[in-house]
Amino acid sequence: MAAVPVVPGVREAGGAILSRAARSGGQGLSDRALAWCFVGPTLVLLLAFNIFPLLWTVFLSFTNYRANRPNAELAWLGISNYRRVLGDEAMWEHMRATAHFLCWSIALQLLLGFALALMLNRRFRTHSFWSTAILLPMMLAPAVVGTFWKYFFEPQYGIFNRFVELFGGPGNLTMLGDTTLSPWAIVLVDTWMWTPYVMLLLLAGLRSIPAYLYEAAEIDRASEWTKFWRITLPMVMPFIILALLFRTIENFKMFDLVDQLTNGGPGSVTELASIALKREAFEKWRTGYASAFAIILFVAIYGLSLITVRFLDRVKQR
Amino acid sequence: MSFRISKLAIAAFAAITAVGAQAQTKQLTLCWAAWDPANALVELSKDFTAKTGIQMKYEFVPWPNFAQRMLNELNSRGKLCDLLIGDSQWIGSAATEGHYVKLNEFFDKNGIKMADFMPATVEGYSTWPKGSPNYWALPAMGDAVAFTYRKDWFAKPELQAEFKAKHSRDLAPPKTWDEFKQVAQFFQNRTVDGKKVYGAALYTERGSEGITMGVANTLYAYGFEYANPKKAYDMQGYVNSPGAVKGLQVYKDLYDCCTPPGHSNAYMTEDLDAYKSGQVAMQMNFIAFFPGISKDPQVGGEKTGFFAIPKGDKQYAQLGGQGISVVKYSDKKDMALEYLKWFAQPTVQKKWWDGGGFTCHTAILNAPGFDQSTPYAQVFLDSMKIVKDFWAEPSYAQLLLAMQKRVHDYVVAGKGEPKAALDGLVKDWTEVFTEDGKLGK
Amino acid sequence: MRAAVHSPLEPTARAKWFAGVVVIGYALITLIPLVWIFMTGFRTPSDAIAYPPKLIAQPSLVGYVNLFTTRSRVGAEELAALPPPATWYEGVVREQQMILAGPSRFADRYANSLAIGFGSTLLSVVLGTLAAYAFSRFRVPGKDDLLFFILSTRMMPPVAVAIPIYLMYRHLGLNDTHLGLILLYTVVNLSLAVWLLKGFMDEIPREYEEAAMVDGYTRWQAFVKVVLPQASTGIATTAIFCLIFAWNEYAFALLLTSGTAQTSPPFIPTIIGEGGLDWPAMAAGTTLFLLPVLFFTVLLRKHLLRGITFGAIRK
Repeated sequence: MAAVPVVPGVREAGGAILSRAARSGGQGLSDRALAWCFVGPTLVLLLAFNIFPLLWTVFLSFTNYRANRPNAELAWLGISNYRRVLGDEAMWEHMRATAHFLCWSIALQLLLGFALALMLNRRFRTHSFWSTAILLPMMLAPAVVGTFWKYFFEPQYGIFNRFVELFGGPGNLTMLGDTTLSPWAIVLVDTWMWTPYVMLLLLAGLRSIPAYLYEAAEIDRASEWTKFWRITLPMVMPFIILALLFRTIENFKMFDLVDQLTNGGPGSVTELASIALKREAFEKWRTGYASAFAIILFVAIYGLSLITVRFLDRVKQR
Repeated sequence: MSFRISKLAIAAFAAITAVGAQAQTKQLTLCWAAWDPANALVELSKDFTAKTGIQMKYEFVPWPNFAQRMLNELNSRGKLCDLLIGDSQWIGSAATEGHYVKLNEFFDKNGIKMADFMPATVEGYSTWPKGSPNYWALPAMGDAVAFTYRKDWFAKPELQAEFKAKHSRDLAPPKTWDEFKQVAQFFQNRTVDGKKVYGAALYTERGSEGITMGVANTLYAYGFEYANPKKAYDMQGYVNSPGAVKGLQVYKDLYDCCTPPGHSNAYMTEDLDAYKSGQVAMQMNFIAFFPGISKDPQVGGEKTGFFAIPKGDKQYAQLGGQGISVVKYSDKKDMALEYLKWFAQPTVQKKWWDGGGFTCHTAILNAPGFDQSTPYAQVFLDSMKIVKDFWAEPSYAQLLLAMQKRVHDYVVAGKGEPKAALDGLVKDWTEVFTEDGKLGK
Repeated sequence: MRAAVHSPLEPTARAKWFAGVVVIGYALITLIPLVWIFMTGFRTPSDAIAYPPKLIAQPSLVGYVNLFTTRSRVGAEELAALPPPATWYEGVVREQQMILAGPSRFADRYANSLAIGFGSTLLSVVLGTLAAYAFSRFRVPGKDDLLFFILSTRMMPPVAVAIPIYLMYRHLGLNDTHLGLILLYTVVNLSLAVWLLKGFMDEIPREYEEAAMVDGYTRWQAFVKVVLPQASTGIATTAIFCLIFAWNEYAFALLLTSGTAQTSPPFIPTIIGEGGLDWPAMAAGTTLFLLPVLFFTVLLRKHLLRGITFGAIRK
């Protein structure tokens, strides 16, 4: 392996050889060999822990394997697991809950994050302190965030309702108990947690806009709105899409926060795809079925990411 | 170079863990749920350590994660637990998959007789198949669902007068579900001691088993049966009988009319929180918590009373409780069996009761004066006479999760009709049993 | 500054004031929950579930003491018969009518989080640095595809990845071991490490190594003696991001560990007091768990952006 000894004495050993060796990248090992040595362990680990399990999952998805009955006879089921997953109407409920969560949390985070970034870009006094302070919510472990917001949302001893009341709203909301409110509860908590992320990204985008563009616009006596619409927004668009990409991937995978906050309830209105998957795999132990579900989810996320990245490339070229 | 270092680190790590494993000698690990009785067991087991010199280590997991963690552990053939106080529903799976050590021989050799333990507990916690003399656990903790109530509120003269005027009977612990609803509605949104209070805290948890443990009590009361007593797994007409539909409806009505706002995902700890913070007049919970409630500075002592599950057409209480088993994958089975031998002694069982555990030993339960020994002894005796348990099949987890979803969807999320929910449940359970081979295709 | 003319680049004082109000307002509102959690750590359990919630409550160390201890309740007579408490925290326990039974699992879990966090960070940074250097300097066939592949490994929901890993670990006996979780976190963090470090490496001019190699250093020596020192900030930044991920990770820890190797995130939401959730102890645990991350965030604020976008954006 990469066992090139760093022995100082070698340097004196052969000046002439060394200048040639320097071009080929070292004692005995060419650049190419070294490259593979460097990249090798990473690829091996990724193969062992990502590809191999992925293939195993694909294999399992065609069987009726159950992890809690390892000794039972394994039967090949063809694509019947996939058909059952796609045909299960509960599955579509879960995808709908996931879609609602995705769309609204990302929309809100983009709006709020952009607004905050615009404000921070004006560099008022103490802005750098506050920009760091805003980041705190995102630093907590999502599982712990979910648990504490459960505490805050509790109608009797939680502070959320008192806070809403303070601002003139109704004081008797049951954010987690009501089937119409709980999907918004998870959107709210996720937004609270990740808006700083989007803000940070978009702020970088704003700061990257060259000043001369605005100066030129000013000379042309463009209005604030025109400046925003024709300079700011297009220049920030790649960053917005990047934020969209990362937040979509993360929220599609989202498990910790919602598991603690609502555990999929009430009923199954907040049972996101990843929670349903956990139930199938680790509570019902229908490993084969869950594997099919997992593959479908992965394909969905991968597909969405590819589309977003293509879109991003196109926007960058503009 | 760096890869070699990391390989070295991995090897070192492995070596250290191996050596660490070797170094354990006289020590047993006992796994249970993290709750009051577990703390009592810790105290009690000091006697075992004193008598045998075997150190006890504990792994206590809170209830919502207990089943998943422990079943995970058993499925991975983990060696974490030598002794496991597992839930009664796991017996089927544990026996079939060979997770537990079969105890018949051990009992015979050491003169431990199952006849010394309450029959309902033996059947519920030890046997698989149910009722057969195959023992996989020693009944350790008797438990059932029952109610606590605010005796001090019930004793208030103005409330008593108002109640009597309205319902022409005294304000007292309800004996039937109709009476229960009346009392709960009486307290709902009433101001007591300057604060708004609510009727009752019921089980509504979605995740593990909460709402099933609650709804079972009303279902049983109106005629729900798991299957035809004469034909195994024949559920149509038993799970969704008209009585069962009524029982489900009763639970939903209670949830809608008489629980605190937001009480939509509550199990043992949330019910306790609601009761201790003075939000509710009555609380549904496992009897295991009653000693702790009795001693609570806010609501304990004379402020709390207890009563068993009310009657519908019939009277049943959902069985709780656990038996203690030896894990087959443990390297210390002999020491673990010693623990069982010690635990089964009547003297230890008496100390168990005194310390806050719920013994199943008839010698202590039938002793004169037992029912007066603590404020909750009577409700314990009464409840254990009327217990009924959920499926203990190997596929119990799927059966439970199906019921959790159907019941929560209807009771808390208000989806559909009770009959449709129970019909759906029959369908789900049939699917599970078919997959399991218990029902022909 | 052009005196009276409003330069388009410099917002007016009024605009700045408005911006300040908006941002500070948002910050204060969103920080209230965090402040409340901090405060709850210093309340008694009954104050924590006081109904309606109390703004000001009697401060108490019960939460922190409960976090680190296991206790059992005793009757009043028994309590009176005991010798006086030996330490200040035993006194706090006695006040709740309980006696000290031993240490809790929290310190254990915190230690696990530290060990697994740092262990996996070390591995992923070491491997990531090597791979990133290769991607940055050498012509690796299929480089762009490999890089996207490495990124895509981050797209599987953890629960999905956990299924085969669980089975794999069961075979290998790695369930509930520190090593098992370290390996898994290393792999998950590798994608982040490689992307971030490649970005940092790209910024280090090649001229330095080439000069060193002309001077007679081998490629390897040039890497170690010339590139690594220059990349040290980048490496430190990457290390911290990997650490934060491993520190806060929940799903894998929940599904793949139980008694021995469990870290803090699955543990904290389950801190039970007497039958009910012990909110002050949980709040105390959360606060203590947040501290390292808080420290690093402030330390790293200049590089945060880069870290959270996998190096795609460098300020």
